[in-house]
Amino acid sequence: MKLNLKIWRQKNSSSPGKMVDYKVDGIDKDMSFLEMIDVLNQQLIDGGEEPVAFDHDCREGICGMCSMYINGQPHGPWEKTTTCQLHMRAFNEGDTVYIEPWRAKSFPIIKDLVVDRTAFDRIQQAGGYISVNTGNAVDANSIPIEKELADQAMDAATCIGCGACVAACKNSSAMLFVSAKVSHLALLPQGQPERKDRVLNMMNKMDEEGFGACSNTEACEAACPKGISVFNIARVNREFISSSAFVKKKDS
Amino acid sequence: MYGLGECIFSDHGANRLGASALMQGLADGYFVIPYTVGAFLSTQISVPAISTDHPEFEKCEKSVQSKIDKLMGVGGTKSVDHFHKQLGKIMWEYCGMSRNGEGLKKAIGMIREVKKEFWQDVRIPGEKNEFNPELEKAWRVIDLIELGELMCYDALDREESCGGHFREEYKTEEGEARRRDPEYTYVAAWEYTGDGNDPSLHKEKLEFNNIELKTRSYK
Repeated sequence: MKLNLKIWRQKNSSSPGKMVDYKVDGIDKDMSFLEMIDVLNQQLIDGGEEPVAFDHDCREGICGMCSMYINGQPHGPWEKTTTCQLHMRAFNEGDTVYIEPWRAKSFPIIKDLVVDRTAFDRIQQAGGYISVNTGNAVDANSIPIEKELADQAMDAATCIGCGACVAACKNSSAMLFVSAKVSHLALLPQGQPERKDRVLNMMNKMDEEGFGACSNTEACEAACPKGISVFNIARVNREFISSSAFVKKKDS
Repeated sequence: MYGLGECIFSDHGANRLGASALMQGLADGYFVIPYTVGAFLSTQISVPAISTDHPEFEKCEKSVQSKIDKLMGVGGTKSVDHFHKQLGKIMWEYCGMSRNGEGLKKAIGMIREVKKEFWQDVRIPGEKNEFNPELEKAWRVIDLIELGELMCYDALDREESCGGHFREEYKTEEGEARRRDPEYTYVAAWEYTGDGNDPSLHKEKLEFNNIELKTRSYK
């Protein structure tokens, strides 16, 4: 398969970038999208050019690294699929494919398609944890949890922190991410001790990192490769309001 | 976690195969790791930031810097992936599940050629002081080349068929794996001693005091 590619090239965060045209040939429909970029990069290196930098790690849809816009959609055209799990059979001979990095102030570009998503790590560090005693793991059945709650917590926990929600949002809001992380722990007994501080600290950190506000457009849910539901956003708002009433805002 | 993985390699079957490896993961994950990691971290919390003035740090920093300079200085014509694929093919052909002495000797020679060519002709685009995935990859691949060579040495030295690896010269009349316990009841760790030198072997004897070594048979 032959393809025309238009890819965002940017040397580093301080230099301007631009879209550059490339042609690739010999693309098999069973290749993954990232393997297609591998082919292009081999071609570029052989021609003495710099390869396109892109993030990738597990290539099995779990690590959340392969952040890119493909034809105007985060992670490309397939629903609930990360870029690495997108295959070239989604495209046709001679197609023109646009490939761009996440666009959000809080995710500065490092190079080409690679963005700095450490703002998510800092939000996690602000409250995405529980306190437990060290020592032997507790027996799995010692804390009974209703099936329905366990399912909801598990669904929230499937967030891989890829940032597609931020990229899809017109406000670059991180609400779907934060709501998934808060919900996961707020729903479970283990998350109760820090419950009120957690939501306030994580939401404040999110604002501090420069992510925008949520205006309930729900583009995030549509773009999420793990199908995280916007119901989590409703939950995090409720958590935030009820916690604000009880916890005095700390000086930061 | 890396350290634990390396330290607990043999209590549930040194071969790390199938059920032995799963049991090891379960048992050590459940009983050993919660104590060791917790105990380690609990003392680390009061350790102040470690200074980078230590001579060992300087030595290490210098060696990393000189390796980066060396890699970026080659300026050849072939991509890092080119060498990675060559190495992969050699390992697949000659150091797979079923291997023989002749093939392993050939592989060692071939890997040395790949290494030589790598240092003469690798092309790493981009700059060394910026985000450079090709430089990272080159570093990994040169490590893999050295590791692949060590694996072939180990496989060549172990003249028996043991665990998941079948040395074609060592089989029973029925074609089953033939172990040679009197000669090889030890764990081998090979030390890379630099380009062109033969690696050195460190042995740790396996002692079985309460059980008798037997050959597993599914018949």
